Amino acid sequence: MKKFDKDRLILGFAGPVLALVVAVVLTTVVLLVSGSDPFEPYRIMFESASYVDVQVLIVNQAGTYYLAALAVAVGFRMNLFNIGVDGQYRLAAMMAALVGASVDLPGPLQIALIVIVAMLVGAFWSGIAGILKTTRGVSEVVSTIMLNSIATSLVAWLILPKNFGVQPAGSNNLTTGEIPESGWFPGLSMGAEAGEIYGFTFVAAACGLIYWFVLGRTRFGFDLRATGASETAAQASGVDAKKMILTSMLISGAVAGLAGMPTLLGDTHTYSLDFPTGIGFTGITIALLGRNNPLGIAFSALLIAFLDKASASLDQYGYEKEIATIMQGLIVISVVVSYELVRRYGIRRQQQKVGAELAAGGALTTEARPQNDQTEKEGAAL
Amino acid sequence: MRRITRIATVGVASAALALTATACGNKSSSDAGSDSKEAGAAIAYDIGGRGDQSFNDAAYAGLAKAETDLKIKGSAAEPSEGESDADKVQRLTELARSGNNPVIGVGFAYAPAIKKVAPKFPKTTFGIIDDSSVTGKNIANMVFNEEQGSYLAGVAAAKVTKSKTVGFIGGVETPLIKKFEAGFAQGVKETDPSVKVLSQYLTQPPNFDGFSKPDLGKAAAQGQLDKKADVVYAAAGLAGSGSIEATAQAGKWAIGVDSDQYSQKGLAAYKDQILTSVTKDVADSVYNLIKSVKDGTPQTGEVRYGLDKDGVGLADSNPAYTKMADVVAAVEKAKKDIVDGKITVKTTP
Repeated sequence: MKKFDKDRLILGFAGPVLALVVAVVLTTVVLLVSGSDPFEPYRIMFESASYVDVQVLIVNQAGTYYLAALAVAVGFRMNLFNIGVDGQYRLAAMMAALVGASVDLPGPLQIALIVIVAMLVGAFWSGIAGILKTTRGVSEVVSTIMLNSIATSLVAWLILPKNFGVQPAGSNNLTTGEIPESGWFPGLSMGAEAGEIYGFTFVAAACGLIYWFVLGRTRFGFDLRATGASETAAQASGVDAKKMILTSMLISGAVAGLAGMPTLLGDTHTYSLDFPTGIGFTGITIALLGRNNPLGIAFSALLIAFLDKASASLDQYGYEKEIATIMQGLIVISVVVSYELVRRYGIRRQQQKVGAELAAGGALTTEARPQNDQTEKEGAAL
Repeated sequence: MRRITRIATVGVASAALALTATACGNKSSSDAGSDSKEAGAAIAYDIGGRGDQSFNDAAYAGLAKAETDLKIKGSAAEPSEGESDADKVQRLTELARSGNNPVIGVGFAYAPAIKKVAPKFPKTTFGIIDDSSVTGKNIANMVFNEEQGSYLAGVAAAKVTKSKTVGFIGGVETPLIKKFEAGFAQGVKETDPSVKVLSQYLTQPPNFDGFSKPDLGKAAAQGQLDKKADVVYAAAGLAGSGSIEATAQAGKWAIGVDSDQYSQKGLAAYKDQILTSVTKDVADSVYNLIKSVKDGTPQTGEVRYGLDKDGVGLADSNPAYTKMADVVAAVEKAKKDIVDGKITVKTTP
């Protein structure tokens, strides 16, 4: 059994590592073809990432990405593709900022209120897709994409000065007004040069632990993964599949709502026209790369954040910073391909093993049980 | 056993996560750059960056002019799509720390970042275009009366139209672009109340495609042409080139924005149909700020560019336009009235 675990671990790592290697090789080819130095950009990026202020940026960004990716991963485990994380995140951040700016409660209460509003709004927005899926069978892929557009228009309308928005005197920006200081989430200062790590980044890490515990260690998590693996089988064993779909959609949306909190509570304290966008889509990449595993997602969030932030200084040295964007795109493609390759290799290897054990006879009755367990788990995980 | 190792891995990994920030030394990115680069002027671009044929390119033109005329070294930094204020703070800090003076944020989105960075570098002048909400001793707010230039475009459009229908296309529905719409509509109405103004925005924020995707501008212009518009004014950055293309191909009049689009290489094929352009002299505002810093008398506070200082205006490089004497006369009269304060142009529609 122990040996089998090691194999699984190696196979688990083989996918992402293979994907990264392929992506780096292809990016290098792109650099060569475009006639620039193929290695210098990497050196600049690593050098840039060795500075403490860039590191703080990376960690902060990774926190946001981590939450967005967890939101996507909850859906993935349930075989639901929530593309609407971006819309849920934006609408939730905006509504939370609005509520936060219009009430003034003592510190922790104010923060709790803002966070709860964000989760509720995110859950509400994804819940629409969930209800459409369970009652009318509408594909969540289609409905969440459309809800993204609707969220854009809704936010644009809500933030107009004649509705709830504020246009500060002399500014061409629209904001939701500033959240009073009691609603600012304290950060961890890394020194004057470096800036501070948003306090909410640690909440994001805690969410990862909760995700791991709920999905891996509770009845609910088992039901969710089982439904994701096979809806009919889960239903046959007494799981209410529709309820599970709606619940996981709601959870996914609520976590998506949290994704805006590091920036909102730690930095801007208001939602304005230039609030970061596209977080939800990056989250999909990260969840894919991290194989929906809380640890894997953490590392991929750091990796993507590193590519984002470390590439920012490239154009100062005459390189296109889009190199990092190309690399992220290549990672997504190679992840899909390499996971499939590794999966097939894994199955073949397992078959060979079982064959060898069968041929050896004897130990079969004692060894086969746990192995079957493992296979099932792996099936559910994929 | 299994459970314990898993928990241990999680613990180790989260510790590693927390340590990444502290473990690798205490240098900050700006320390490294401080000696290697000589002092100069720097601009940080708005969304779209170089090559938008509009706002950012105009800022670059100002920097390029300063490089040749004032013999200074210019540097520029591009933003990433969907970035946060923290990224902008980082960019400005890096530019300021490496000795650049002035450091100019192109676009109102830099306001919160400049508010944070400017106090840390009291000896550096920070410029911001299109915003006067952040103020400070070392901050110069370069703002424009876009509505005044657009008013003149409205006058010209109302004079030229035969179908009594003109179109306005805004890139992204932000307060800034609404100033263009307000001025244009007022100019049309006060010249000829019978002319109808069709108004359309390409996208809503935070979707800024309306400033960057020419196909959107093209589709919108076609829609307005179908509704009988024969003059189309697009204030939409790079997307506006799409509407100029559609309008010119239909043989109708297009009005450009920001730069004199008649003389832009990318639009040379359609230039005969570009009646005029509402210019916004971002280039000069950038140049002036750099020059003032170089001369030792840095600009500070609000620096307003209106019709009076030719900070905004109407281009007259198309010979077809200068031939229309009555149109030119009406525009000149309106210009004089605005400068004299006889006409006040609204900033919101």
